[in-house]
Amino acid sequence: MNPGGEDPLGAVSPDGGAGELVLEVADLTVGFPTDDGLVQAVRGVSYRLRRGEVLGIVGESGSGKSVTSLAVMGLLPKNARVTGSVRFRDQELIGARDEALTKIRGRHVSMIFQDPMTSLNPVYSVGFQIAEAVRAHHDVSKEAALDRAVELLEIVRIPNPRERLPNYPHELSGGMRQRVVIAIAIANDPDVIIADEPTTALDVTVQAQIMVALDSAKEETGAAMVLITHDLGVIAGQADRVMVMYAGKLVESGTAEDVFYTPRMPYTLGLLGSLPRLDRTAERLTPIPGAPPSLVNMPPGCPFTPRCPLAQPVCDETEPPLEPTTGPGHTAACHFSDRLVDTRPDELYAWSVTDTTALAEFVAETEEPSS
Amino acid sequence: MPESPARPSAPAAGPTAPAPEREFTVAERSQFHLVRHRFLQHRLAVVSLGVLVALVLLAYVGGALWKYEPGQFTPDNSQPPSWDHPFGTDAVGKDQFAQVLRGTQISLQIAVLVALFSTLVGTIWGAVAGYFGRGVDTVMMRVSDLILTLPLLAVAAMLAHHFGGSWWLISLVIAGLYWAYVSRVSRGVVLSLREKEFIEAAKALGASNTRIILRHLVPNALGSIIVNATILVAIAILLETALSYLGFGVRPPDTSLGLLVSEAQTALTTRPWLFYFPGLFIILIALTINFIGDGLRDALDPRQTKVRA
Amino acid sequence: MLAFAIRRIAASIPILLISSFVVFLLASLSGNPLDELLFRNPPPPPEVIALETERLRLDEPLLERYWLWLTGLFTGDFGPSVHSTLDIGAELTRRFIVTMRLIALAMLVAVVLAVVVGVVSAVKQYSKTDYTATFLGFLFLAMPSFWLAILLKQAGIDFNDAVGQQVIYTIGASSVIEPDGFWAKVADTAGHMVLPTISLALISYAAWSRYQRASMLEVMDSDYVRLARAKGLSNRRVMVRHALRNALIPLTTVTALDLAAIISGAVVTETVFQWRGMGDLLLTAIRDNDTYVVMAWLLVTATVVILFNLIADLLYAVLDPRIRYA
Repeated sequence: MNPGGEDPLGAVSPDGGAGELVLEVADLTVGFPTDDGLVQAVRGVSYRLRRGEVLGIVGESGSGKSVTSLAVMGLLPKNARVTGSVRFRDQELIGARDEALTKIRGRHVSMIFQDPMTSLNPVYSVGFQIAEAVRAHHDVSKEAALDRAVELLEIVRIPNPRERLPNYPHELSGGMRQRVVIAIAIANDPDVIIADEPTTALDVTVQAQIMVALDSAKEETGAAMVLITHDLGVIAGQADRVMVMYAGKLVESGTAEDVFYTPRMPYTLGLLGSLPRLDRTAERLTPIPGAPPSLVNMPPGCPFTPRCPLAQPVCDETEPPLEPTTGPGHTAACHFSDRLVDTRPDELYAWSVTDTTALAEFVAETEEPSS
Repeated sequence: MPESPARPSAPAAGPTAPAPEREFTVAERSQFHLVRHRFLQHRLAVVSLGVLVALVLLAYVGGALWKYEPGQFTPDNSQPPSWDHPFGTDAVGKDQFAQVLRGTQISLQIAVLVALFSTLVGTIWGAVAGYFGRGVDTVMMRVSDLILTLPLLAVAAMLAHHFGGSWWLISLVIAGLYWAYVSRVSRGVVLSLREKEFIEAAKALGASNTRIILRHLVPNALGSIIVNATILVAIAILLETALSYLGFGVRPPDTSLGLLVSEAQTALTTRPWLFYFPGLFIILIALTINFIGDGLRDALDPRQTKVRA
Repeated sequence: MLAFAIRRIAASIPILLISSFVVFLLASLSGNPLDELLFRNPPPPPEVIALETERLRLDEPLLERYWLWLTGLFTGDFGPSVHSTLDIGAELTRRFIVTMRLIALAMLVAVVLAVVVGVVSAVKQYSKTDYTATFLGFLFLAMPSFWLAILLKQAGIDFNDAVGQQVIYTIGASSVIEPDGFWAKVADTAGHMVLPTISLALISYAAWSRYQRASMLEVMDSDYVRLARAKGLSNRRVMVRHALRNALIPLTTVTALDLAAIISGAVVTETVFQWRGMGDLLLTAIRDNDTYVVMAWLLVTATVVILFNLIADLLYAVLDPRIRYA
């Protein structure tokens, strides 16, 4: 753990003066005691979120993305050890009483979970579950809450919304259920929506529809959004800023352009190299060798060292802090981030299949902003 | 430049410092080690195992060495516990310690035989039914259901009244009814395993049904089966004692823990030691076995670590 | 749902038929009802034995006897008992009421206790309360029911001695001379039921509270409870409307499946407290090789278990909308 080792403002976008600051996470750490020792799931994460902004958090499973957002919501299991600060507007949420948190949850900060098949209660109708969310924060009649539920289902583009109200979750498809979850999330015009891998559990064909529903939900509420995913493709078109997490820590942070076009951390570069692209046929992927480290009894040094082609002895001794790279808003945690200037994934990662032309084409394309 | 790095060397800490855990050090432990490790974490289960082993040794070794034979009449009658008679004596002078040790032997023998027999029959029955499904499943499970709708103790009493007496016949009577419960459990496990990929793979490779059941289904269901069999020992102990209490279990001159309690119930106020000691032995055996079963369940349950990420 | 119920009842009739046939064979082969008569000293005259043989249908072949028994059921005739004056139907009805009263009350007490303790243990997982409840649960699970019942009986006697008045009754299901007046009768029955109910309830409670705790823990860790929290519902509402509501569903099946075991437990409990209920009827009949009483007893209990399981299945469908019986 290395709490003091980074700039607390490192994750802040310099040009983010557009909206008011709604959520501020500072030096958040989360640990779980287990038989084998303390699992350090999150190790000092900081970010700020302004109204209307979309923040993408990327990382492999186990990198601490979901735990971070559950910590923000105060929804971690009781045995979790949380330190640091999470502020919604002027209110500190870490260590707040449950009564105070229930006034924030669902009203100001709401959440969309990964698996729509399990996140709705099977024994209550869809209408009941949406109306319940409305009535948790507004003193309205059941009828009025159900009317609001119809409105919400319209926003997330469910056809014949009124007829869906008496349906039970098992009567709906996965995509429909995830729309219901989104409807619940926006029921009270929240200021922040945290979407934790909202499309991962769904069919590819449905994923795009859910992203559209999520978009219109965001537009309707004007909320800021934290979009968590392991899929860079989902983030690409959506996020204003992107944070990359590895082993419970932020390893790179910046605008979407910064991170996608000028990555300064070998892991980010590796992620980009392993991104499948459906519009290419000849292209081969560049895998990152190895697997993420165990989060128990972590040794000192950079956790990416065992998989990193740039690793030097210093990497085993000190964990690099997040430091500004291409600009003050673009930070990366790597001792050798300057070596990544103009480096392609295939140059960095040894691979067996040589299809460099396709990759070069891909990298070349990513390097020239075409939007 | 793009050469893969050597394994990181351990930081130069003290000689006792553990090697840094990189990658999947935890997963590298073998299944058996993991299970043993988890079981040893369950302190109550470990203590229970010790107590149970001590009880078994006491019953068999202690029983053989003890100066009084079970059923032997001593000149002392209705004696409270003393050095000579640790558990006292009954109205006709039988040493209760020797009786309890003998009763423990019989009760344990019955329980273990019931657990083994009904686990064997029930597991195979349930596995076959679950694996083949359809008509086979319907017919076989109807038979199980048929047994399950009858109060077991009543049927066991009826059968034991006729066949009755010796400990192994009573075991067979109880097991002959109890396997139906086991078959339900093993069928459930097999039903959930049947759709798994490795079964599909085995089928695709042309493995025979017998081979799939014995080589793939049963080993994978082994965890549940072992836990279930452990708990069954405790249940069988209690069932035997109830049967003996009602007068349909082990018959004198042989004895069991249930029979001893039964014989002592009228002496609760006059010779309480006759009532309490066999009862405490029953509780101790059933309790320790249940704790061991609980520890095994924890150890064999793959959903152990509750860490989300 | 009605169609489902009818179909289920229809489907259980073959089970009952086959099981009754198997049990009839076992019961008939497992002892000679004339034993008591044959070993009487001085031996009864052969005419008496011949008459008794005919009355008990022992002169008929086994299949014929089963057929006679089965067809007799439709006219309300449960067959002849070795005790020529005993009307099996009437006797069974009387005792059935006595025993079912005990079983119903004990199950109610056990379910309520199990749900309360299971939920509290789950919500306060790993607290002192949880550990105490868990240990007590294991203890009752390991206790022979009659041992506990005998201790309770003695405690009742001691309590009465201490008070100097018969408050709790330890023998029988009601006083031999029943008191006059409705409320006096109720009080008398209640006084007799306290201890048997407790001892029968505690045994089932132990297993069910463990089950309820596990089921509650599983539900509390579910995504939908997490979403309910994320909606900003109060802790109480999350626990009651989302967690408990769902955690109760599996318990209906478990209680139904355990009914047969509870009837077994009632046989033991009644024996300890010397009730003249179903238990006594069965045990006496087994000792007397009273085939038709044993048959009637098993038929009635099996029917009750099957009906109760049907009710539990229907209840399950009411509680869980995913289950629909068409």
